[in-house]
Amino acid sequence: MTDKDPPTKAAPKAPRREAVRKATLALRVNGETQEVSFLPHKTLLEVLREDMGLTGTKHGCELGECGTCTVLVDGEPVLSCLALALEFAGREITTVEGLSGPRGPHPLQRRFAELNAAQCGYCTPGFLLAAKSLLDREAAPDRDTIRKELSGNLCRCTGYLKIYEAVELAAEDLRRG
Amino acid sequence: MARSYRIIGKSPPKVDGLAKCTGATKFADDLAFPRMLFCKLHRADVPHARIVRVDTSEAEAMPGVVAVLTGAELPTPFGILPVSEDEHALCLDRVRFVGDPVAAVAAVDEDTAFEAMRLVRVEYEPLPPVFDPAEAIANRTPPLHDYGDDGNVHKRVSMEFGDVAGALKKADLVLEDIFFFQGNTHLPMEQHAAVALPEADGRVTIWSSTQTPHYLHKAAAKVLGMPPSRLRVIACPNGGGFGGKSDPFNHEIVVAKLALKTNRPVKITLTREEVFYCHRGRHPVLMRSRMGLGKDGTIAGLHFESLLDGGAYGSYGVASTYYTGALQTVTYKVPVYRFDGVRCFTNKPPCGPKRGHGTPQPRFALEVQIDKAAEKLGIDPADFRLRNLQPPKSVTANWLQINTIGLRKCIEAVVEASGWRERRGKLGRGRGLGLACSSYITGAGLPIYWNKMPHSGVMVKLDRGGGVTAYCGATEIGQGSDTVLASCVAEILGVELLDVRICVADTDLTPVDLGSYSSRVTLMMGNAAIQAAERARDLVARAAAEKLEIPVTRLVFADNRVFDAEDPEGKGMSFAQAVVCAEAKHGTIATAGSYTPPQSPGRYRGAGVGPTPTYSYSACVTEIAADEETGGVAARKIWIAHDIGQAINRNLAIGQVEGGVYMGLGEALMEEMAYRPRRAGVHKIPSMLEYKSPTTMEMPEVETILIEEPDDRGPFGAKEVGQGPLLPVMPAVANALFDALGVRVDQIPITPELVLEALGREDRRAGPRAYPDLRAGKPVRILTPEEGGDGYEVEQERKEKQKRREQRAKA
Repeated sequence: MTDKDPPTKAAPKAPRREAVRKATLALRVNGETQEVSFLPHKTLLEVLREDMGLTGTKHGCELGECGTCTVLVDGEPVLSCLALALEFAGREITTVEGLSGPRGPHPLQRRFAELNAAQCGYCTPGFLLAAKSLLDREAAPDRDTIRKELSGNLCRCTGYLKIYEAVELAAEDLRRG
Repeated sequence: MARSYRIIGKSPPKVDGLAKCTGATKFADDLAFPRMLFCKLHRADVPHARIVRVDTSEAEAMPGVVAVLTGAELPTPFGILPVSEDEHALCLDRVRFVGDPVAAVAAVDEDTAFEAMRLVRVEYEPLPPVFDPAEAIANRTPPLHDYGDDGNVHKRVSMEFGDVAGALKKADLVLEDIFFFQGNTHLPMEQHAAVALPEADGRVTIWSSTQTPHYLHKAAAKVLGMPPSRLRVIACPNGGGFGGKSDPFNHEIVVAKLALKTNRPVKITLTREEVFYCHRGRHPVLMRSRMGLGKDGTIAGLHFESLLDGGAYGSYGVASTYYTGALQTVTYKVPVYRFDGVRCFTNKPPCGPKRGHGTPQPRFALEVQIDKAAEKLGIDPADFRLRNLQPPKSVTANWLQINTIGLRKCIEAVVEASGWRERRGKLGRGRGLGLACSSYITGAGLPIYWNKMPHSGVMVKLDRGGGVTAYCGATEIGQGSDTVLASCVAEILGVELLDVRICVADTDLTPVDLGSYSSRVTLMMGNAAIQAAERARDLVARAAAEKLEIPVTRLVFADNRVFDAEDPEGKGMSFAQAVVCAEAKHGTIATAGSYTPPQSPGRYRGAGVGPTPTYSYSACVTEIAADEETGGVAARKIWIAHDIGQAINRNLAIGQVEGGVYMGLGEALMEEMAYRPRRAGVHKIPSMLEYKSPTTMEMPEVETILIEEPDDRGPFGAKEVGQGPLLPVMPAVANALFDALGVRVDQIPITPELVLEALGREDRRAGPRAYPDLRAGKPVRILTPEEGGDGYEVEQERKEKQKRREQRAKA
């Protein structure tokens, strides 16, 4: 631009492109430890999806508002879009891919599928993990507890009702073993 | 009575259910390819301006940037409707709302693309923006577009069926009410994403979260200037659509162009904020309704007016405008009817189709006005509606053909289930019951671009091992279309759901289905699937009957077997064996079926919006608690009955009803698009936290009743369920508020502020109080069927007769 050019709206300056070095970290995901290299500012969500190929974890809002990116860290639900991957070395991370085992899908997954608790299915992984964390703590939660525990997860398809039913039935399955 | 089937009407798990619960389903953003580039769009930060110059030099110079694109490289306009192709992949010379895309960057990673996108410099020459529809139609600001009916009036409609002024003059009671329905958005959980993959020979494939791969295919081929045969569009399963992914979008065309330009795969995933700019959601509509009534509670006539705030582009807006005036006549008998509608352009994100497309707004007005009329006449609102029901197999004043109508049963069912007769008016201050009904099309009767081809096609191929593959262009958006396709085919062929492999939404591999909009897929794809499967079954049956030496008519297809109805155990074979016989006899077994809706009796200009093979009906009672101190309203329970004809999958149908009720409740109480007119019209709340939608804590219990009386036009008798059940919720909540507190809020959403305002006013009402002069002029006159009309405009008829007379004279 020359001085003669009319003033344009203040545009951001070109960012300094310093060579940011990737961090290399051992992440324990779904029971397996993997060494991953990624830029240090990446969120756990991004590392899971982009660097480890675990695209089952979804993003809905990028701001920690919708619960769609929920994963479990040491059994506790964590919004992976707000978490820096760097902070999770050595922690036990569970994603939706880790819910199924050699014996097939987790009762929550089976019941969600059976009851049509997953319509578009986009929010489903987040709901499954939030529900798993609940059922790990409480074997027989009542409808009100389920509602409160899942209130951080948004779903635009189901109106939540089939989700409650699926969680209740899965809880029964788990109690029966 | 409904027939009994093996699969239809039962609740087997849906075919894509487990994949969605294990993370296996691939949504568009889950796709990645080697050497893939990432795309970001530079969007306008001013609401209305001429583009003087776009400087991309800094962005291009940035390391890691592979290509930068501006509108100059994609100058061909596009748009979903042929009458309003007013969009460009990237703005050419004008931006029309904050968020309009101007340039695109493709870079080696998303961070680089984002930074480079911010380095694009755009010099604007500001133009005065307009944000308010009443101001827009006054035309004091420069028009947004150089087409339309006049200035910023995009579309003006005025038509009269019968003598409405005369009927209102003669009526015992005339109600005049003004209503406002604020705009809201789809808010699908999945942000739009698209990936384009070039092939060495110049072809390109677009994967996208689109509800309408066929329309994207047409639009993208046109803008890219390439033969459609070289472009392939695949719709990934949508992470929710609700109408928000039904337009061809800028970003889909942009990534295809960038892929061709760089010869590398290119992906874009919109941020949540950008999804708010894509919008195409519910139009804000200001409405005035004048209803004439007899003392006995019959409707004498209706004059309905609507003013739609269209936002910056056409989108589906012409259809939306007609839809705000089309379906008022299909629930209750309206002997004479007039509709005046205007859609205007404003400098805000474009509005379009959201679940219920253009009909929830007038339905809200109509059902609240009926509640007021019933109250004035001292008639129970349920009885009022039962008294006025439109008869089945009838034609309305505006020439809509009604097929079956289960509304009586719907009303009776919710009245019974909710204890309406005993409980209404007796729940105590702050608690109330409200009733409302609705109807919706089961697929639009006409395609979006004029043609005589089928609306849906299905191919069925049988494998020697007994496997069945069904191909259809329909798109799974969570509504269950994959399961409906597999269910229809499996039912006819007597195999299990798991024996049917489906291949959908791929313009190279599947026959055209127009898309997942207008509640059309179950009926249209379903009928096509039945036809294709029956043709395959006939081939198999002929071969099997020959082998078994019995007449074809005695054959039964069930439980993966083909057998003699008179000797099921003795004479039969497996389905796979039967396919082997058929292939030996006929050659490869592959069949096709297709569906085209019946022609509607309406022939006047505008008669294309509203017709459908058959309408679905719903009735809903809501129970609410309203707080006089805070103005807060909470739903306690909702009873809803839906006339579905025949559920294809019972569980999925109930899920659609519950989801519709949920979304309707969000619209009723909290969801709204809000802009700051004094701050360049920026969106106030482009995030999921601030755009309020119901969480688990706001969602009440829902009791769903399916009314199943098969419709002869639906597959196995099925009608739509995806959109209709949303519609009665908003007016039912408003009517319940009247029962709870004796106030009327004639506006959606019913916010605490409005409830408090109504409580404080002498007339106990909150809502709009003035309606601008639409300068509708003289309406086009169309004689009603009762007047002996022929479905054409009166004038048109005269002109045509004149022409015929002249031709005869010449001859």
